[in-house]
Amino acid sequence: MEIRQISEFVWEIPKCGDMRVPAVLYASAKLLESVKRDMTLQQARNVACLPGIERMSYVMPDAHQGYGFPIGGVAAFDMDRGIISPGGVGYDINCGVRLLRTDYTEKDVAARRKELLAEIFKEVPAGVGKGGITKLSRSVLKEILTKGAEWAVENGYGTREDLLMTEEGGRMKDADPSHISARALERGIPQLGTLGAGNHFLEIQKVAHIYDEAIAKVFGIDAEGQILVMIHCGSRGLGHQVASDYIEKMENVFGIKGLPDRELINAPIRSPLGEQYYKSMCAAVNYAFTNRQMIAHWVRDVFAKVMGSSKGLRQVYDVCHNVAKVEKHVINGKEREVCVHRKGATRSFGPGRPEIPEVYRAYGQPVIIPGSMGTASYLLVGTREAEDLSFSSTAHGAGRVMSRHEALRRFRGEQIRDELEKKGIELQSTSWKGVAEEASAAYKDVDEVVRVSHEVGIGRLVARVVPVGVMKG
Amino acid sequence: MEKKYRFLNHTADAKFQAFGRTLEEAFSNAALATASLMWDVGAVARMVKRRVCVEGRDLEQLLLHFLEEVIYAFETQSFLLASVEEIKIKAVKGGGFWLRAVFVGDNEPSKHRLHGEVKAVTYNEMKIEQADSVTVQVVVDM
Repeated sequence: MEIRQISEFVWEIPKCGDMRVPAVLYASAKLLESVKRDMTLQQARNVACLPGIERMSYVMPDAHQGYGFPIGGVAAFDMDRGIISPGGVGYDINCGVRLLRTDYTEKDVAARRKELLAEIFKEVPAGVGKGGITKLSRSVLKEILTKGAEWAVENGYGTREDLLMTEEGGRMKDADPSHISARALERGIPQLGTLGAGNHFLEIQKVAHIYDEAIAKVFGIDAEGQILVMIHCGSRGLGHQVASDYIEKMENVFGIKGLPDRELINAPIRSPLGEQYYKSMCAAVNYAFTNRQMIAHWVRDVFAKVMGSSKGLRQVYDVCHNVAKVEKHVINGKEREVCVHRKGATRSFGPGRPEIPEVYRAYGQPVIIPGSMGTASYLLVGTREAEDLSFSSTAHGAGRVMSRHEALRRFRGEQIRDELEKKGIELQSTSWKGVAEEASAAYKDVDEVVRVSHEVGIGRLVARVVPVGVMKG
Repeated sequence: MEKKYRFLNHTADAKFQAFGRTLEEAFSNAALATASLMWDVGAVARMVKRRVCVEGRDLEQLLLHFLEEVIYAFETQSFLLASVEEIKIKAVKGGGFWLRAVFVGDNEPSKHRLHGEVKAVTYNEMKIEQADSVTVQVVVDM
């Protein structure tokens, strides 16, 4: 495969074969090497062949192989000629991250860190097979799917201010639960308000370095040593089932002949099935917003109980990592609506976009990039340049480089816990095996990922944070 | 006894091959491989039986639907699979296949340490090879 280096961090795969547009990868030479080891670039080429794709098939610095689209793949499609693809969103619809800031400093929590984490572990249903809140009825679940985090706030979980500080205000308005299968609803009922397992986590963090003081201040980040809380989870079984259901429905209608990859199945955006998937996806997005809203509420409860107050626990922002959205972008000098797929990518709107909260509008949106378990995470700010470079998108995390199987062979959960403890990081998990699978050595270097984002200009560094306590599902 | 399944390297998720003398045996072993990503299959008591019946337009879809049953039974009924019994696969006149089986296991997850979560079964790199014996290959999203 021909890969042309355009500049230090920009690589292009020129149009060839059935590609309608070129593919472009943002990466350092080091990250490119790991990307080349799997199917990422082939998958980016496959995406470039889809009808109605605009400009380029984009690949973010943390990309790795996915299903259909690569993880870290971004593509925008014309609303009339283009398609929507469940494989372009991913199984974990609105897997995302919420960041809370506090008025506490590292010193304030030092003596109570263990207790804080133990209480959070008790309050937030964590891992697999653990039910959420009291049994939901189907009609309440449908209300949640329609209203998203607004439902949570109406029912006492958090504040209206939280909604303002969430992408889409915590509710995608086009959500319609009537096209969601009974099976998806059944999977959603016991899992509302749960963190889930795998790479999902909840961390108590401290600010380690501030790159841009002015913007950090706007985001509520005041000083190094300040305590933050990061929540990383998604739409659980409900979202996974919506993805599986629509992959199958689209197969039944459009067939799989000629598809380079069965999960690249898609439907025209304007077709009944395309619209049904979009509305169902929006409903799953709302489920995930509700999930994070509830978990954030429980975190506040714990801070109130252990630290005496949760007053300063304000939400910095909540971002989606797996989603398709209708957005306005300028293409060939003309502003048009397109359907932007972000699969393992974060929206990074720059200054002036009406979609971002008013208090941030002059600066750009907060972009939250979680590292792997026990490593640094980052707060970035969206840029205007990103509109032209990546349909306003940047990386979403570290990205795996080692299989779970290999990680299990190399690491033991208890040993990882001991190593983290030496670094001053407390760890709580339901499973040592799960901890070993998520060993930070199994991931790309998140520092390198955000450096590329910053240098390319698709998301600029604001602050680096490190964990002091980790809860893993 | 011969190996029922083995895991292969896959960057982000889990990839396995399951083996059998027949299609039925390979499919059963694939269900056990899927379950083994979430709990210790050998430690689960054989207390509860669940009937499973799925269809597929082709063998790949049949396998996908069958393995999805492992996740579905777990997430909605807290059912932990220990073994697959009475499995039968038949071709349907006019195309497609159906599969019937009985899942045997327990629905007390609190008795077990769960160590992972399979989000979805995928078609990615899925292979079903039938010669003297059968090998199926599956990638599941974790």
